[in-house]
Amino acid sequence: MAETPPLDEVPRAIPDEPRRIRIPYVWILPILVVAAGIFVAIQQKLAQGTTIEISFRTADDLEPNKTTIRYKNVEIGEVAHIRVSPDRKSVVVEAHIKRSASDYLVADTRFWVVRPRVSAGNISGLGTLVSGAYIGVDVGHSAVAQRRFVGLEVPPIVTAGEPGREFVLHAEDIGSLNIGSVVLYRHIPAGQVVAYALDPGGKTVTIKVFINSPYDSFVTAKTRFWQASGIDMAVDSAGVHLRTESLASIIEGGIAFRPFGEIPAEESPADTAFRLFGDEERAQREPNTLARRFVMYFQGSLRGLSPGAPVTLRGIDIGEVKKVSIEYDSQAGELRFPVEVDLFTQRIHGHRSPPAPAEENDRTLIDSMVAHGMRAEIKSGNLLTGAKYVSVEVHKGAMREQVGWDAQPPVFPTAPGAFDEIQDSLGDIAKKLDRVPYDQLSARLLTTLTQLEALLKRTDAVMQRVNDEIAPQVQATLAQARGAMQTAREALAPDAPLQSDLGATLLELSRAAKSVQALADYLERHPEALIRGKPKDAP
Amino acid sequence: MALDRAESLVSALVTGRDLGLQSCALCRLTVRASAASARCPRCGARLHVRKPHSIATTASLVISAALLYLPANLLPVMHTHQLFFDEDDTIMSGVMTLASSGSWPLAVLVFFASIVVPMLKLVLLGEILYAVHRGRVRHARQRSRLFRIVEFVGRWSMLDVFALSLLTTLVQVAPLAEIEPRPGALAFAAVVVLTMLAAQSFDERLLWDSAAHG
Repeated sequence: MAETPPLDEVPRAIPDEPRRIRIPYVWILPILVVAAGIFVAIQQKLAQGTTIEISFRTADDLEPNKTTIRYKNVEIGEVAHIRVSPDRKSVVVEAHIKRSASDYLVADTRFWVVRPRVSAGNISGLGTLVSGAYIGVDVGHSAVAQRRFVGLEVPPIVTAGEPGREFVLHAEDIGSLNIGSVVLYRHIPAGQVVAYALDPGGKTVTIKVFINSPYDSFVTAKTRFWQASGIDMAVDSAGVHLRTESLASIIEGGIAFRPFGEIPAEESPADTAFRLFGDEERAQREPNTLARRFVMYFQGSLRGLSPGAPVTLRGIDIGEVKKVSIEYDSQAGELRFPVEVDLFTQRIHGHRSPPAPAEENDRTLIDSMVAHGMRAEIKSGNLLTGAKYVSVEVHKGAMREQVGWDAQPPVFPTAPGAFDEIQDSLGDIAKKLDRVPYDQLSARLLTTLTQLEALLKRTDAVMQRVNDEIAPQVQATLAQARGAMQTAREALAPDAPLQSDLGATLLELSRAAKSVQALADYLERHPEALIRGKPKDAP
Repeated sequence: MALDRAESLVSALVTGRDLGLQSCALCRLTVRASAASARCPRCGARLHVRKPHSIATTASLVISAALLYLPANLLPVMHTHQLFFDEDDTIMSGVMTLASSGSWPLAVLVFFASIVVPMLKLVLLGEILYAVHRGRVRHARQRSRLFRIVEFVGRWSMLDVFALSLLTTLVQVAPLAEIEPRPGALAFAAVVVLTMLAAQSFDERLLWDSAAHG
């Protein structure tokens, strides 16, 4: 071990002024940490915003800390927790809404889950296929703040602030309409069905429709709404009608509307109630304000006459069949078939008649017409379908009859219809046919037939003889004729001896003719040669 | 028995301070200092018998680290975004993920280095500080040894921070996968750094001083 150096050899420190007392700056650090912690906590609290609860039927596609809440596709919050409600009927989604959006949380704010939806009319939310579902928000107008909401299962058709107006339609049934069904104005999609509800009592349905701006301005007091669902095929006495609106409305159902009448009317305020007609034709009909109920008793079959069938006057609709029923008159012991009809008597304008109260006027008018032979009859409108209608015609020379005003409803006189007439004449023909003496006719026919048979037998015998006797002779004659023809052909053949002989003979003959000609010439020039003979040629 | 002997041994030792000697904190030169305030003759650094304000500094660092320990473990440290899902991970959930995916050794390492060790460090430092402050230190040797072991393992605490920084820079395949650090990582890194600083700022000699005096 080395010798320890004496302490004196250890270098001395240089004395220095003592430093002033140092403030322990280091304590700032924990303070800073605490301050930062508080700051972050406050910020978190602020960022978290308001906590709300939305209840849905299921938590399909919803995930805590992932599913966002978006207003106009801007994120305003996030789902924090999902739990089942105490009554186990729904799920309660707890969500944090950003502070900036906390004033959106009012009583009529609506929430729904945006997920891909495909229907006949439209496809929506396709983006959520990839991004996952989110909760959509439609901010309401109410001033009452709310923290608990009931989420919609179906996205709302119309979001608040969309320009347009809502109208109320009353219908007998909903038809094939559904929420979201299109409302068409001249085949242009102008709005949608927003809601429907069964009225208390369950007899009618109230449908709410939203008509987008600018089409809402066409909804006036003169506007009629009608069901434009599917294909409207009507087979009636006027033939077959096929009417459709757009393809979407065929599949999903729809409503069409259009103003009727030329006079422009005031725009209807929102929530005005209208009647929803079953089809366009019914909607187009004049409002038959004053319909008079009559009853008609017809003679013939009523098959094919159904309520709704028209009552026409020279082809113009003046009424509608309302009811066809059976009545038994126990005193007379006979069945009667009352046909109740509504006549829109106001469609007939009285000419040259003094102005009178409508009621009185109608009565005199009808009385006058009936007195002049006006009768109702059943006519077949369409032979194919067998649909019938009531025609009111003037029958000249009809028996004098009157309207039974005493009965309730009044009885309108009828005449046998054209069909009945046909039936009657057919009956006549049948009767005449009945009178034909079929027995005698048949007896005579029988004898004639016997004679005819004998005649035929005789003819047969003649034919037999012809066959047996004459035919062989004819055959022999024909054979002989053929032989003769053969001989003739042989004789006439180009190489036949007769032919060549004839040729030679003709040649000779021609030569002879030439000689005669030469002689003749010579004789002409030298006629004396006849006497003197031919002079000898000079050498 | 052995402990008691060691204690008595410690208290019986003659220290440099008793002889009026000091060590320069900077160049480690042993000097004789008579004045309360002096400088090193070799490097000129101010001389202190003990690290100045060691207890206060260490205490403040320990308190800061302890405060940050809560957000470090409660807040998510990492945000994973994959094609269809997003995930926030705290240190503990990361350990769980590792364990459930079968990497038991790694899970244990991360659990000890990132959760147990920082906590141990804080508890130990706090306890030692309290004891030194009160002037009564018991089992000084064991404490000292334990302190060094914890200090040694503690450097692995930065493993999480390191892995996260690597992942953040590497996994940036925008639409498919993204990893982002979250505030918890900052708090966690701060805890590790602050405990390291606290351990450094603590003058271990104070331990022996108290032991000697006690």
